[in-house]
Amino acid sequence: MNLVKWARLKSPWLLHFNTGACNACDIEVLAALTPRYDLERFGALLKASPRHADVLVVTGPVTRQVKDRLLRVYNQMPDPKFVVAVGTCCISGGVFNGCYNVYPGLDSIIPVDAYIFGCPPKPEAIINGVVALLKKLEAS
Amino acid sequence: MQEEELQKTEKKSAYELFFDIPVGPQHPALKEPAFFKFRVEGERVVGVDVDVSYNHRGIERALEDRNYIQNIYLIERICGICNVAHTLCYAQAVEQLHGKEIPPRANYIRLMMEELARIHSHMLWLGVAAHEIGFDTLFMYVWRDREVVMDLIEMLTGNRVTTAVNTIGGVRRDVSNEAKDKVKKGMNVLEERLKYYRKVALNDPTVNARCSGVGILKPKDAIRLCAVGPTLRASGVKNDVRKDDPYTLHDEVPFNVITFDTMDVFARVLVRIDETLESVNMVRYCLDHMPNGDVRIKLPLSPPVGEAISRVEAPRGELIHYARSNGTKNPERYKVRTPTFENLPSVSEMLTSKSDYEVNIADIPIILASIDPCFSCTARMEFRDVSKGKTWIWSLKELKAHCSKSRR
Repeated sequence: MNLVKWARLKSPWLLHFNTGACNACDIEVLAALTPRYDLERFGALLKASPRHADVLVVTGPVTRQVKDRLLRVYNQMPDPKFVVAVGTCCISGGVFNGCYNVYPGLDSIIPVDAYIFGCPPKPEAIINGVVALLKKLEAS
Repeated sequence: MQEEELQKTEKKSAYELFFDIPVGPQHPALKEPAFFKFRVEGERVVGVDVDVSYNHRGIERALEDRNYIQNIYLIERICGICNVAHTLCYAQAVEQLHGKEIPPRANYIRLMMEELARIHSHMLWLGVAAHEIGFDTLFMYVWRDREVVMDLIEMLTGNRVTTAVNTIGGVRRDVSNEAKDKVKKGMNVLEERLKYYRKVALNDPTVNARCSGVGILKPKDAIRLCAVGPTLRASGVKNDVRKDDPYTLHDEVPFNVITFDTMDVFARVLVRIDETLESVNMVRYCLDHMPNGDVRIKLPLSPPVGEAISRVEAPRGELIHYARSNGTKNPERYKVRTPTFENLPSVSEMLTSKSDYEVNIADIPIILASIDPCFSCTARMEFRDVSKGKTWIWSLKELKAHCSKSRR
């Protein structure tokens, strides 16, 4: 294992981007970072700027209005970058599937590395998803 | 503030040095995609332009394609935090169309769930507000204690956030006696912790320095700009749908409408903490007075032809749903009027400096957070011709013409 990969495994910095979610997933992502669940023990830290982030955590169905911003944020992130789709709406459009302003899933726009299903997923599921992503990273 | 008004302020400036700071749609201070353009003169904020269209999903149109039962689950996802208020309002509107009353036990469970959701929402807000003023210790403390109410909601309904507890004709799940005991214990823990947070808010110099005198909204402005909910009550106006137009059992269950008259962010913090304490007592009252009986009546899928309006005091303010039925299994028209949308003009007012009131850039996050914004239910459509730089909103007539064209 080289040094860069070792460092990356110990500190996956997250960027949270809401693409039109109902807030349920967002508060569960936030709850995963608070004392009961404490995602930060894996070195994960919520960052403000896409240029500091390794992992893009996307919640919510992707609306037509937000698509360009999503691509811009994605392109601003340094390589190698990983995308986690949180919640059923983000994975497939969920309950909003068929709405005129909603894309049928995040992977129709940018490549996705981990899917966390649930409406909203429990904080335990989000932690499980992040750990699965770290395992994938370790294997690569 | 509109674009023309921004241009007017530009001409009036003595310094002629303005900057426009774009904030959003991805920004650490905003958990949701909304776009704000702040016009600043040095450190002073002199104008705001708001664009909340990033979250537009077309829910009202989608409601017309789904039947009344499917709509419960779509309505719930208008806003994940106020989901109980939304489903309650929807269920009330549809029951009004049917012209049926629900069993009394169901009413008690509905009220209890509504107040539990208010506790969870207000505690969430208190944490976010603490985070916005840079008091992350308080944020972590509050969110740790919030898990108590989340566990109770999960135990009662099966899910932590989106509960789907209200359904047409009553509630989906009954409350067992063991569950009642656990809720009572949880309420005791929460009451003690909330009293502690009240003390922190009143005595802590950080909270005081960042919140007092910030984000002033005078009562006459609050009424003029149609503010609702805790934002309005923090300006000293006694207004609460639960008292003014009681639904479920709010005319039976005793509670006080909390108001404060300092009109600033500090008042909004205290209003929310005190309201949460009132909610704790209301949950206790419901547990003690809950009668036995059914929790649901069966209603046919298609209500008769008619119209209905229902009002609910959501955690963020007054929520209105309007339903029109044409006798089929899908609603003909459904309209949702949400509290954050009503509060946006007020937040523009709070964020604009005046002769006797200064707004600094550093105060933007806490002032924005002070209305407890929830943009997911707020999104509206606006049309923009980029080449001509023109923005317009469709009139009802144009919209109708377009809808009838696109639907056939």
